[in-house]
Amino acid sequence: MEKWRATSNLRRSLKSILNRQLSSVSEFRYLNEKSCQPIFNLIRDYNSVGEVNAIRYGCFSSMSTVVQRNPSFSTLNSDDISYFKQLLGEKSVIQDEDRLETVNTDWMHKYKGSSKLLLQPRNTEEVSQILKYCNSRCLAVVPQGGNTGLVGGSVPVFDEVIVNVGSMNNIISFDKVSGILVCEAGCILENLISFLDNQGFIMPLDLGAKGSCQIGGNVSTNAGGLRLVRYGSLHGNVLGLEAVLANGDVLDMLGTLRKDNTGYDLKHLFIGSEGSLGIVTKVSILTPPKLSSVNIAFLACRDYSSCQKLLMEAKRKLGEILSAFEFLDIQAMDLVLNHLDGVRNPLPASMHNFYVLIETTGSDESYDREKLEAFLLSSMEGGLISDGVLAQDINQASSFWRIREGVPEALMKAGAVYKYDLSLPVEKMYDLVDDMRTRLSDLARVVGYGHLGDGNLHLNVSSSQYDDKILEQIEPYIYEWTSKHRGSISAEHGLGLMKANKIYYSKSPETVKTMRSIKGCLTPMGYSTRIKFFRTLSIHRAWCMTVEYSFSHIQCQ
Amino acid sequence: MKIMVAVKRVVDYAVKIRVRPDKNGVETQNVKMSMNPFCEIALEEALKIKESGFAKEVVAVSMGPSNCVDTLRTGLAMGADRAIHVEASRDLVPLTVAKLLKKLVEVENPGLLILGKQAIDDDCNQTGQMIAGLLGWPQGTFASKVVLDKEKHTASVDREVDGGLETLCLDLPAVITTDLRLNQPRYATLPNIMKAKSKPIKKYTPEELNVEIKSDFEVVQVTEPPKRKAGVILSSVDELIDKLKNEAHVI
Repeated sequence: MEKWRATSNLRRSLKSILNRQLSSVSEFRYLNEKSCQPIFNLIRDYNSVGEVNAIRYGCFSSMSTVVQRNPSFSTLNSDDISYFKQLLGEKSVIQDEDRLETVNTDWMHKYKGSSKLLLQPRNTEEVSQILKYCNSRCLAVVPQGGNTGLVGGSVPVFDEVIVNVGSMNNIISFDKVSGILVCEAGCILENLISFLDNQGFIMPLDLGAKGSCQIGGNVSTNAGGLRLVRYGSLHGNVLGLEAVLANGDVLDMLGTLRKDNTGYDLKHLFIGSEGSLGIVTKVSILTPPKLSSVNIAFLACRDYSSCQKLLMEAKRKLGEILSAFEFLDIQAMDLVLNHLDGVRNPLPASMHNFYVLIETTGSDESYDREKLEAFLLSSMEGGLISDGVLAQDINQASSFWRIREGVPEALMKAGAVYKYDLSLPVEKMYDLVDDMRTRLSDLARVVGYGHLGDGNLHLNVSSSQYDDKILEQIEPYIYEWTSKHRGSISAEHGLGLMKANKIYYSKSPETVKTMRSIKGCLTPMGYSTRIKFFRTLSIHRAWCMTVEYSFSHIQCQ
Repeated sequence: MKIMVAVKRVVDYAVKIRVRPDKNGVETQNVKMSMNPFCEIALEEALKIKESGFAKEVVAVSMGPSNCVDTLRTGLAMGADRAIHVEASRDLVPLTVAKLLKKLVEVENPGLLILGKQAIDDDCNQTGQMIAGLLGWPQGTFASKVVLDKEKHTASVDREVDGGLETLCLDLPAVITTDLRLNQPRYATLPNIMKAKSKPIKKYTPEELNVEIKSDFEVVQVTEPPKRKAGVILSSVDELIDKLKNEAHVI
């Protein structure tokens, strides 16, 4: 009853928010981008007690956006620790320096927080109690899952309490007839994939980070992945979720129904909001059946327009069996071959300008094979493909995927990398890469790859060291370019800390205002903001809100 | 010189196999099948020998039901010139395969017969040795390196044995079975796949080759290995000694 009331109260307040004028929310100030100077390093301003007071971000954005730690958030004291120990047990309250070091740093080692406390709740009730307590004490909190995010969303900015849901990793139920899986947010994606494999089903999403990322984070960041072209986004596949709001209220929206038109479908707010509205604790997801026949081809194209035409042909000729369409350019291939072990070039005869990976999944081996071979041969005759190989067994298939999934890893090994994840109209996508190459010429190496099937480009700039000259050439040009073509400055990685203040490149001010008020509505003690998501510097009424969310994902690059 | 390579269609190496409920074998319905990895290596070696000029033709052979043709197509796509399919509906044991191969060798007269050292479905490791015995040919099994000498008409084979490596010199014609480290099989490129469609696959039946299909043994039961028991953390040396003595019976 409680839960139902909470949900319907929320719906009511959302409705009133959207009907109101939002000018009263003007307390939020945000930096004018043009007034900032670039700074080279991450500088922490310490106050007299040695606590981090503010952080200036120079490396990763051309603005020296000084993010101040809001003084209305309290600091941890020993009473808090004892309370948590009593609530969760000694084992789930971690203050050990070494462990904190890992959870404070993100996967790319670009962002580092200074949290002094890691909590590992084991069920929704514990999460609810934690948040309720933090709310009452005004302690800032950051939810964390697999910590594989690429925009600095999964780690604390300052000394927020880290609530890691990794211990909540039970599979609650699985319906073999409908394929609906209900599980806790801390389940690692790869484990879910293996579990479903035994049942004859697969997860609708797959990404390079699957060994570490957790489903709660995938959902909170609306992870895309390699199979989006076939199974669609999480908005379509997640049937329900259970989330805990900032004040400890548990929203039970864990439905397993394909259709339910009773009121606003609030779960969509949580999918992709990167934890700014609440901590997801359980997920119910529709899983497609595992089909037996998987074929994969690794192809070479002469130029980008051939890749595009190939995509159009693939969608038409392969139709319902197409399950992935990825591309990488010659620089990406080069990096992978040079920096990763055990990777073989499938087309050793010569280096080609573009490589395309096409995967088909269907139920009839010989039918699919014939269809794929016919498509490939006609594309070859039509001049769209200059060369290609077809995997003959599962090992060969995995080796092709290793190449595509290994690009982010290879980039990390090559030195410094500036990562951008953009959604653009397919015909314009590679123009940006060419433009950036001209702009950067000898300064750095521009690498382009991504989910061509979804119009998602992962543009990475690689050099031996971080250098502000390189950054100047990239930002804000890349965002302006994207904005001009009505693209998205963050296709699937989310905003996190890295792109929090870039939201205006892809969303209008009115839209952002409305987002802010919805957030205010879901954080009952008044307007609170999320430092990263909204980049606001003053907080009107203090509250413990999750600064960030990024259980996962990414590396779904 | 002609090289004959025998290839087998087996459950794909990467598939997690399950025992059938009737315990008569392994589940093969709806499971991905592909060429035996050792056979791929054998075919790759044959192709390498042909490319270096020692052989003129590579013939791939497979035996079994009609879907063996898929495996032969893969072989042709890798670069084999011709293929032979011996159609047999029942499961063939190594001795029968060896007898069939002997008949084919009499027809084709290859200078070299290369096989994978074993199939990953039955792990028999018998066919190569049996055919060498039937033909009276020298054999170099578990080959990790093969070097041919055209003048002397011999093959020098490095074998992987328990103690290390053994090098043999075989007079051709000979039988070689391949081990993992011999080479890395090539991918099937699209142009080759296109060409493979027009390469001939000759069909034979066991009756035509005058070989009777019979098995001297019968599979009684197939079961999964016992599940690994979880490890136990012990608290003292005394407990360790006690367990080693009374439970594991090793001291």
